Amino acid sequence: MAKTITSKVFVVRDNIDTDQIIPAQYLALVPTIAEEYEKLGSYALIGLPDDQYPEKFVPEGTTKTPYQIIIAGRNFGCGSSREHAPIALGAAGVEAIVAESFARIFFRNSVATGELYPFDSPQRLCDIVKTGDEATLDLDNDRLTVNGTTYQLKPLGDVRPVIDAGGLFNYARKSGMIASAE
Amino acid sequence: MTLTEKILARASGKTHVRPGDNVWVNVDVLMTHDVCGPGTIGVFKREFGKNARIWDRKKVVIIPDHYIFTADAMSNRNVDILRDFANEQGIEYFYDVIDDPKGQWRFDTAKGNGQRQFGRNFSGVCHSTLAQKGHNRPGEILFGTDSHTCQSGAFNQFATGIGNTDAGFILGTGKLLIKVPETMRFLFDGALPRGVMAKDIILHLIGEIGFDGATYRAMQFEGPGVSSLSMDDRMTITNMAIEAGGKNGIFPCDQKTLDYVNARTAENGTKSTFEPAEIDADQSFIYDKTFDLSALEPTVACHPDPGVRKLAKELGHIALDRAYIGSCTGGKTSDFLAFAEVVRGKTVKIDTFGVPSTTLVLDELKATKWDGQSVWEILTSAGVRMTENPGCAACLGGPVDTFGRMNTPLKCISATNRNFPGRMGHKESQVFLASPYTVAASALTGKITDPREFLC
Repeated sequence: MAKTITSKVFVVRDNIDTDQIIPAQYLALVPTIAEEYEKLGSYALIGLPDDQYPEKFVPEGTTKTPYQIIIAGRNFGCGSSREHAPIALGAAGVEAIVAESFARIFFRNSVATGELYPFDSPQRLCDIVKTGDEATLDLDNDRLTVNGTTYQLKPLGDVRPVIDAGGLFNYARKSGMIASAE
Repeated sequence: MTLTEKILARASGKTHVRPGDNVWVNVDVLMTHDVCGPGTIGVFKREFGKNARIWDRKKVVIIPDHYIFTADAMSNRNVDILRDFANEQGIEYFYDVIDDPKGQWRFDTAKGNGQRQFGRNFSGVCHSTLAQKGHNRPGEILFGTDSHTCQSGAFNQFATGIGNTDAGFILGTGKLLIKVPETMRFLFDGALPRGVMAKDIILHLIGEIGFDGATYRAMQFEGPGVSSLSMDDRMTITNMAIEAGGKNGIFPCDQKTLDYVNARTAENGTKSTFEPAEIDADQSFIYDKTFDLSALEPTVACHPDPGVRKLAKELGHIALDRAYIGSCTGGKTSDFLAFAEVVRGKTVKIDTFGVPSTTLVLDELKATKWDGQSVWEILTSAGVRMTENPGCAACLGGPVDTFGRMNTPLKCISATNRNFPGRMGHKESQVFLASPYTVAASALTGKITDPREFLC
């Protein structure tokens, strides 16, 4: 099944840590409680410094972002192991992040929850692309097209079917690794 | 095989593993806390069913420590969610804030943080608790829903941080699929000179390889210099493996390790059998470098990430608003003793906050006397604001009423482990990471200061 995502992009730089994605003061929200999941989305990326990121990722008074694709530099998602981080982004409506590199636990949590597709990019796109640019992500061919240029991304490989299935448990059940819930 | 490879091979029932192999490992201990525990429990119930039982009630350790001494109602509720689950599942190791298993935890704002508000089962910061209560054992596999779980590698354990979904999977199955990391070896030679601490070693190493220099990798610490390091020193070092992106940090097991572990497991009645991983002759590394500990100097990681390395003596121009000592990394008894050595008989010049990592640290600080005065009194008479309520406190900001939290854009020097923007509260505040010695000397002068000026 062909899958593409077309959206405005939000561009961030290196070392966007989990405190900038979802500040610690909001971690009392429990992601498996539906209304608290929604609330987490409304706070996504609220920890970014205002002077460097004047554009609000989630507009005030709303719970969703107009940006379904994030473009990032090195080490996106570093810091804490809080799963609240990929969940807050997913709850806000993010579908994919294209980064120069990811921190390990964030990458793993993105796959395990199935919240978003974490693509590695050989190019440093955060220097080329601006927030608000329109992009199309072709998941089947691992390509991002923005401002008329197409960039080849590193293939997601084995993790793609896990995210497609909606995360680790759905995938494990589909492939018969664990039994269905009661 | 390297230490990490040996432990992963054994836990997955294989004779040999290589970096890049994906293996299912059997888990010896799963640790969770009040911030990620409720979500982990939610995943477990959603996926395995409302009446599901955990895989082993003696292998799950629940330690409320993050947002405890706060009036935030949701945070208080989260401790109650942990208690309900511990009761329902008969979990053996739950270090509850209160004594009543049917009670509810509510922080008493009238008492505030000046007076202790916890029962006899409470301990404090999860990683310190795992060590002190006999849950760290050589050669075992430990996962925790906290990135600083890598601290347990000080005990020759494979230990790493995971998210709620992976932890929920372990609760139901006792297993996890993981990739065998490549190993970087850091060989230590010599011994630390006066005024330089284990914290300076790890800050130096992170500066050396960069904030993501160990991403997806194991950091193995070896060499003749290791024998001079105490277990507290080793914990400080492995604790911060994650600040270089590391999957885990690990030390060999020696007599110091065995003495520490055997004493704690005996005292607390935890499992006392284990099989350490020994150093093999045929290890291969993706990085291998020797560091002379005797050449190190007091080191600081400057705002805005743990890889911005400078020497304390180069930073005298940076004026500070606040100093902080506490956390898994910097709130151990030995950390406070070092701090007290510097501030004893003097007065701090800036707001200085101290948070013992556990109740045991609190008790030891009150019981340790220097010339008839307790270390606790030495600290408070120097003007340090100490809380009697151990926990993570302002190391990670937390709810706005958290003790020591930066609610305005201040500059703070801290004995903690992480300094990305907003880590300790206000998103325009700045954090400089340093050893307890350096934090103490800087608290006395109000600017970043090399502690050797105060030590003879």
